[in-house]
Amino acid sequence: MNIYALVKRTFDTEEKIVVKNGAIQEDGAEFIINPYDEYAVEEAIQVRDEHGGEVTVLSLGGEDAEKQLRTALAMGADKAVLINTEDDLDEMDEFSASKIISEYLKDKDADLIIAGNVAIDGGSGQVGPRVAELLGINYVTTITDLKIDGTSATLVRDVEGDSETIETSLPLLVTAQQGLNEPRYPSLPGIMKAKKKPLEELELDDLDLDEDEVEAKTKTIDIFMPPEKAAGRVLEGDISDQVSELVNLLNKEAKVI
Amino acid sequence: MSKNVLVLGEAREGELRNVSFETIAAAKTISGGGTVTAVLLGDSVENLAQEMVHYGADRVVTVEHPHLKQYTSDAYSQAFMAVYEQEKPDAIVLGHTAMGKDLSPKLASKLSSGLISDVTKIEGEGDAAEFIRPIYSGKAFEKVQSKGGLLFITIRPNNIEPLAKDESRSGDVSSLTVDITNLRSVIANVVRKSTEGVDLSEAKVIIAGGRGVKSEDGFKPLEELAHLLGGAVGASRGACDADYCDYSLQIGQTGKVVTPDLYIAVGISGAIQHMAGMSNSKVIVAINKDPEANIFKVADYGIVGDLFEVVPMMIEEVKKLKGSPAV
Repeated sequence: MNIYALVKRTFDTEEKIVVKNGAIQEDGAEFIINPYDEYAVEEAIQVRDEHGGEVTVLSLGGEDAEKQLRTALAMGADKAVLINTEDDLDEMDEFSASKIISEYLKDKDADLIIAGNVAIDGGSGQVGPRVAELLGINYVTTITDLKIDGTSATLVRDVEGDSETIETSLPLLVTAQQGLNEPRYPSLPGIMKAKKKPLEELELDDLDLDEDEVEAKTKTIDIFMPPEKAAGRVLEGDISDQVSELVNLLNKEAKVI
Repeated sequence: MSKNVLVLGEAREGELRNVSFETIAAAKTISGGGTVTAVLLGDSVENLAQEMVHYGADRVVTVEHPHLKQYTSDAYSQAFMAVYEQEKPDAIVLGHTAMGKDLSPKLASKLSSGLISDVTKIEGEGDAAEFIRPIYSGKAFEKVQSKGGLLFITIRPNNIEPLAKDESRSGDVSSLTVDITNLRSVIANVVRKSTEGVDLSEAKVIIAGGRGVKSEDGFKPLEELAHLLGGAVGASRGACDADYCDYSLQIGQTGKVVTPDLYIAVGISGAIQHMAGMSNSKVIVAINKDPEANIFKVADYGIVGDLFEVVPMMIEEVKKLKGSPAV
């Protein structure tokens, strides 16, 4: 089976965000594989181990994303592709990203493409379904279970707490929800092997794409921090007095119950 | 220039969800005096059309088909695109719900348009409208503009105030017949986990438990309190990882991002990744035995104490407040 996992390099979830002059400061921040994409990589490896085939991890971004791709290779992916847009594009949106990714994938005959259901930075969750639509294949988002039998697939989707069982067929794009699996940590031999695995780097030219074909449709004009919250009130006295004061405050002052 | 805007209403178990009315309000802001047309898709939705008008839609177009009874991206995109072709709107607004998240990128891709997802606030009106959306799960915000062409946004439930309901409003309701074919996904089964039917992303009140709740049983009082307040139960990653509850309840940077009117954090220390998911709630209450817990930094009200003592007392107090408990 020909399996692709889409991977994005993102800020570590433990990082504090600092905004300066309308931009996120990246200096000194730790970067990771977007946690939802980690589920995608893990699932791709498990599907390959069960059904055979090859896992390619694909990322879009700058040279720095090589590190996250090497991590995915160390987890067990076979090959990596980095589409480096650093020199060609100043700004991208989901339209641009999905266009570039689908342009790369269109002649790859992927049986299964797995992405995270959302990236924890931009948080739009658009790129997976957009890529599927551009490739003309079906997609199922926010999956928590995937079983493949020949070209049939049975999936469980998380829909706002409900679970939907879906039957469909390959080729297919799915996006991973938490609970799909437990991503493995790269082993030491895995890390050693990953250094020798192929990592191909491409630019827009290699995909026969012009910059204006992938020009963003939307524009970020400012980035800012949420307003600081004033310090709250920690109640005092007997616990039972505190509780009745709290319920009273929620009712009378905050008017939320 | 005034814009004609298409919004998609969303029903759950035969009733329109609130977010439907919020999309109308958002559409009004964007339209700059243009027409707001509501689209309703389902196997039987015509009876819901008037309510969309009462909340401000100028017109309603319904598409009824047996294949639209349950949402699938293939069926809904075919029906919505048929309405799009008929109406040729300048802008589209959907709710950023499970359905909206799944459907909107497919539509945007078909339309070769941009898509501004998960908008929590609109500044300005008409052509000058700018859209605020959380990034890094609410650790920061960005302001986004469309660079032209079709404007397409999804709005986060519970953030944009709907217009007041006015039953004297009237509007034209028409239906469109659409041939729906070539469905690639079949929904074999649906298991409803949310017994109360209050979805986390739309809940006005959320009672969330953390590691401090200690067990699956420990969540029971939280459920009772949530039930009393008409809210939903959520959890921290710690509680989910420890198997006290299902991952579908997880709130945080991984998990759901919520903005209820009232968020009660019970036995949650307030890891940065959890705070990203809830710190924009309107009123936050923290109950924790550790006075140094981070959660108190974002809480409007805090009680330092044992949750197993505090939560049952709260249940009693709320019962008192609401009069005798519902039978």
